Amino acid sequence: MATPLLETRALSRNFGALAAAREIAFTLEAGARRALIGPNGAGKTTFINLLTGVLRPSFGSVLLKGRDITRFSQAERVKLGIARTFQINRLFRGLSVLENVYMAVSERVGAARSMFLPAGRRTDVIEESMHLLEALKLENDARHRISELPYGRQRLVEIAIALGLKPEVLLLDEPAAGVPSAESHIILDAVAALPAEIGVLIIEHDMDLVFRFAQRITVLVSGAVFAEGTPKEIAANPDVRAVYLGQATRE
Amino acid sequence: MSAPASPLTHPAALALARRHRVRIWEPLPWLVAIAAYFVFPSYLTFGTEILVMVLFALSLDLALGYAGIITLGHAAFFGAGAYAAGMLSLYAGWNEPISLLLAAALVAGILGLLSGWVLLRTHGLTLLMLTLSFAALLEELCNQFIEYTGGFDGKNLDIAPVLGAFEFNPLYSNTQYLYALAVLFVMFVLVRSIVYSPFGHSLTGIRENILRMPAVGTPVQWRLAMAYSISAAVAGVAGALSAQTTLFVNQTFFNLEKSATVIIILILGGYGRLYGAFIGAIAYMALAHFLSKAYPTAWQLGLGLLLIVIALFARNGILGIGARMLRRLGGRAA
Repeated sequence: MATPLLETRALSRNFGALAAAREIAFTLEAGARRALIGPNGAGKTTFINLLTGVLRPSFGSVLLKGRDITRFSQAERVKLGIARTFQINRLFRGLSVLENVYMAVSERVGAARSMFLPAGRRTDVIEESMHLLEALKLENDARHRISELPYGRQRLVEIAIALGLKPEVLLLDEPAAGVPSAESHIILDAVAALPAEIGVLIIEHDMDLVFRFAQRITVLVSGAVFAEGTPKEIAANPDVRAVYLGQATRE
Repeated sequence: MSAPASPLTHPAALALARRHRVRIWEPLPWLVAIAAYFVFPSYLTFGTEILVMVLFALSLDLALGYAGIITLGHAAFFGAGAYAAGMLSLYAGWNEPISLLLAAALVAGILGLLSGWVLLRTHGLTLLMLTLSFAALLEELCNQFIEYTGGFDGKNLDIAPVLGAFEFNPLYSNTQYLYALAVLFVMFVLVRSIVYSPFGHSLTGIRENILRMPAVGTPVQWRLAMAYSISAAVAGVAGALSAQTTLFVNQTFFNLEKSATVIIILILGGYGRLYGAFIGAIAYMALAHFLSKAYPTAWQLGLGLLLIVIALFARNGILGIGARMLRRLGGRAA
């Protein structure tokens, strides 16, 4: 079997007596479309934080293309090709949309270290940032500050920043969270149009989005993998219905 | 709607590509400074003091205004630069002023890098207290080695003429003023280009959202330490410039009062906008100068009141007020 793009082995994290992640074994292939679902507090964001290096695991390991990256910092993992978006927007609110994306691209191409060339002279960085905005249909907002944008468009900027890092693994933490339903289609479109070769893991509560997007679904309950399978298998699984989908329909 | 030929012609791209260009009013402060040399010949000592404070505030603007590093100990580097220049001239016979400035920048910069590497792991109040302590530590060190440093009484310095031709005359500050202005200009060009560089852009990113930066691959710790070190080096040059132009150095160069004054100046003028250092230093120094003449016992009352007004109504300082008024005028005209 070929080495998976991203793999976790017995990945665990305890917060005091609480096991937020319990021996999670997970693999993501290049080009995969994977969803991670589970009730609130199941440890989904903890899992993303363990993958991206925000948190260190209590034990277990994270491997990228077979290489153990468990000890790597957030920034180092980004350089190796793991990018994420945040459940709650983490943008540079005082800067324009273009300047937000510039931040990511300039860091990736190594421009961000240079001190004596004006940022405006790196037209390569500006051009690539503009192309990203065009691809996400954000070009008409390029000049606007983040604080002037509707929330749904701000979520798109989150995705644009992540794509500016040219990731091999993209982790989307509830990309549609907080977006009014009238705007949610723009997020769906953006997610559907992600570059095919990237391995994507999405956390989402919107079941429409999950079942349309994912080839496989992992269900997390109380920090452990509860079930895994195709959307059909998960939808038909009585245990999953009991713990999760049942609750969702009742809401 | 027609698609633009190249994304670089998009207004947002143009705005970013032109952001660093020199604006039409930017020569103004320099012309004023040169004019002041001819108009106020009897105020040149005071003028030199102002220029030194502008440079010191400019160094703080890089750390506080752009990178968002909250420090109450920037005098540590002002003092370190002053003493680096002072000690070299006193004990190593190194009197050439311009190379002494470089030495001061080096010493303060290294000190900034080392202390920043450790202290910048903390944020907010902790960082405030640690930077304050670091400056206090240096001041006490200076006091401990009083026989070399002169402690509170200080040491008089002997500095060679600038470029071997222009002497620092303690009675007439013509040389001091022009020398300080030239040094300020060179340092300003340096700081300005850093601020508008991709490096400066990433500092703004750290200030705007420090939690996001690691997620775009920024080594935040290292980048902050670099910015802090450069800021420290510029502060060191300001300190050395002060020591050279007054031909004197003592332990108050490290003082908390100095650190606080430079913050007040920056907030007064407006931080994160380069020229706030100019406006703030002039406003603060002029006010302090004339208030203390008019009300020798209670002059700080006036300053305090002004600060309260600024803190309550004009968070972006004097330049912030100016920018807001310009925007309103522009809005009415349009």
